Amino acid sequence: MMNIQAIVKQVIEELKTEGQVKIGTSPENAEIKPEIAEGRHIVYEIVKQVGVDQPVNREEIGKVQSITPARIGIGRTGTRMKTRNYLDFRIDHAAAQDAVFKDVPEELLKELKLPVLQSKAETMDQYLMDLDSGRRLNETSRKWADKNLPKNRQVQIIVSDGLSSTGIEANIGDLLPALVQGLQSKNISIGDPVFIKRSRVWIQDDVASIVNCDCVISLIGERPGLATAKSISAYLIYKPSENTVEADRTVISNIHEGGVPPVEAGAHLADLIETILKQKASGVKLAKLQ
Amino acid sequence: MYTITIKNETYQFRSIADVLAKASEEKSGDIMAGIAAGSSLERMAAKVVLSELSLKEIYENPVIAYDMDEVTRIIYDDLNLFIYKEISNWSVGELREYILSHQTSTSDLFRISKGLTSEMISAAAKLMSSIDLVMASQKIRPTAHCNTTIGEAGRLAFRCQPNHPIDNPDGILASMKEGLSYGSGDAVIGVNPNNDSVESVSRILHMTHDFIQKWEIPTQNCVLAHITTQMQALKKGAPIALMFQSLAGTQAANDDFGVSKEILDEAFYLMAKQGTSTGPNQLYFETGQGSEVSLDAHLGIDMQTLEARTYGYARHWKPFMVNNVSGFIGPETIYDGKQVIRADLEDLFMGKMHGLPMGIAPTYTNHMQADQNDQEIAGMLTALAGANFYMGVPGGDDVMLSYQDTSYHDDASLREMLGLRPLREFEIWLVKMGIMENGKLIERAGDLSIFE
Repeated sequence: MMNIQAIVKQVIEELKTEGQVKIGTSPENAEIKPEIAEGRHIVYEIVKQVGVDQPVNREEIGKVQSITPARIGIGRTGTRMKTRNYLDFRIDHAAAQDAVFKDVPEELLKELKLPVLQSKAETMDQYLMDLDSGRRLNETSRKWADKNLPKNRQVQIIVSDGLSSTGIEANIGDLLPALVQGLQSKNISIGDPVFIKRSRVWIQDDVASIVNCDCVISLIGERPGLATAKSISAYLIYKPSENTVEADRTVISNIHEGGVPPVEAGAHLADLIETILKQKASGVKLAKLQ
Repeated sequence: MYTITIKNETYQFRSIADVLAKASEEKSGDIMAGIAAGSSLERMAAKVVLSELSLKEIYENPVIAYDMDEVTRIIYDDLNLFIYKEISNWSVGELREYILSHQTSTSDLFRISKGLTSEMISAAAKLMSSIDLVMASQKIRPTAHCNTTIGEAGRLAFRCQPNHPIDNPDGILASMKEGLSYGSGDAVIGVNPNNDSVESVSRILHMTHDFIQKWEIPTQNCVLAHITTQMQALKKGAPIALMFQSLAGTQAANDDFGVSKEILDEAFYLMAKQGTSTGPNQLYFETGQGSEVSLDAHLGIDMQTLEARTYGYARHWKPFMVNNVSGFIGPETIYDGKQVIRADLEDLFMGKMHGLPMGIAPTYTNHMQADQNDQEIAGMLTALAGANFYMGVPGGDDVMLSYQDTSYHDDASLREMLGLRPLREFEIWLVKMGIMENGKLIERAGDLSIFE
């Protein structure tokens, strides 16, 4: 390894010198050679701009572009997108695909004092292709949770990476304290929040069965979109059981800076949990009661 | 029990459900469920057995028992027994040939449709290649009417899908104007809400309704909240032209969706009584291969057959639109571009064979192995096969649901490349607005600021 690095360094030095020499000695090559030696460097930034040719009201288009992340006002060539917008779209897709495969940084989990549990999914591939593997704790985590987590509290909070570790990274530092504070101010008892790696929503049923809480809430990374790869959702359920169906869960989605901001979401979720505990129901059952 | 020897290998299938599952083209959801063929030759063995099954054998062995499942009951209760008896001795292979024959007219297909169970239609599709599916789909053109007529030959419609991550009304309005300026919105102006509360849903219903009234747009509005939320909004006086619900192919999955025959019946009658539209078709369903697997409610039946059963269930309520969204869930059900394209073609054919006004959303998520190129191929193929409609999403990027779907640009392109026109009433409006002439977008198109 050392050797290769040394060679690369040497070659780079030589290229630099070569360029300098050429500039000095051969004026007719001066404008071309350095460019070839260094290559062309492009800093590509995705900027919103009005792409419509001769619009009725350019100002209006610029204004509405600022209130939605949707790709509007981009114009067209024939029936197709302009080159820049096409590239923007493909770049965002590439970044979103990459976001799925990253891990939540360990420092952040330490900072939030979140114990790290694991689902049964041992690899990312297994996690993506075998849903069940992400819906249950592995044996080690299950035993740990049974032994160490406080039981019979009203609320259990779970943080799940889901499909966007970047979503957890971006929001949980604001969201979790806001939620905990909100619940404490209402005198609602909370178990110790946990982080579960490679986990899906239904793992909340598994955890609830261990800690015997009334309401369990999962803060989970949403599958990344193009506009944002940093969005998370909250799934809440009142006393999950064998007979639980999807419609029993209450969902608040789009928690991120460009959607429902995390601090605001924390307060809102605390209110929602208060209602769920009071009504002893969540999901469609709760909606019917309201 | 069925056994077959093929190229010196012997294969065994324990039931019709097993034959159907193993005869399916490869999809990750069936593999996850542990019901897919173990090898390519086993898949072919299952297709051979399937081709020789009679429709009577399939009729007598529904993949989920009548007593156990509401979807099965609707399919069987709605069947025309006179027509079924005429064809009950056909094999699935013969059914496939009848569908593709030059001698079989469109009305012949509509007629036998009434005597086919969903499993029979699924079985025929399993013996069909991509071109088979396109040729068959082209022959079947189910139409429906809400405020506009959808499904007529030579016309292609779009749902304008102007979602906003937090339902900002001005944001929704801006995306809606953008879509309309590209000629998208004749199927429906349909918003997926982030907030499913009755108040918030009602607000969006009023806003879209008022805009449609003000600009005299021949279309229908819809907010894709849970059906019970929409019913509450309607009862409180919110204007709804089209009511939405997602459906699946087993009662267990529909329970998970919070929907049943009882609820759908109520919605159907409520719309007839209090909906704003002409009808008679006032419901909009969404379906897609894989929802039952991802809800662990598949009962060992393959995704494609469950999708067919969803259509058998859906047709009971005479919807205006059935939108197929296979590919929306992720790699655990549909792994890559190839599987999405296959599912889209199967679903379009199976839906049409059920007599449903089908549209296709060739979608992909960011955690599956598919990209824009795959999506556009699926869009072109299903448009060629005569899909009634597609979604229209600004720049192909749904900023609320976080997935990719056909863009306003793609919508306009599909029409132009195949010489298709917007729905009749809507095209007249586009001409009046100076957006379209002779079926082509003109200068002003694509400018949301024309609505001043």
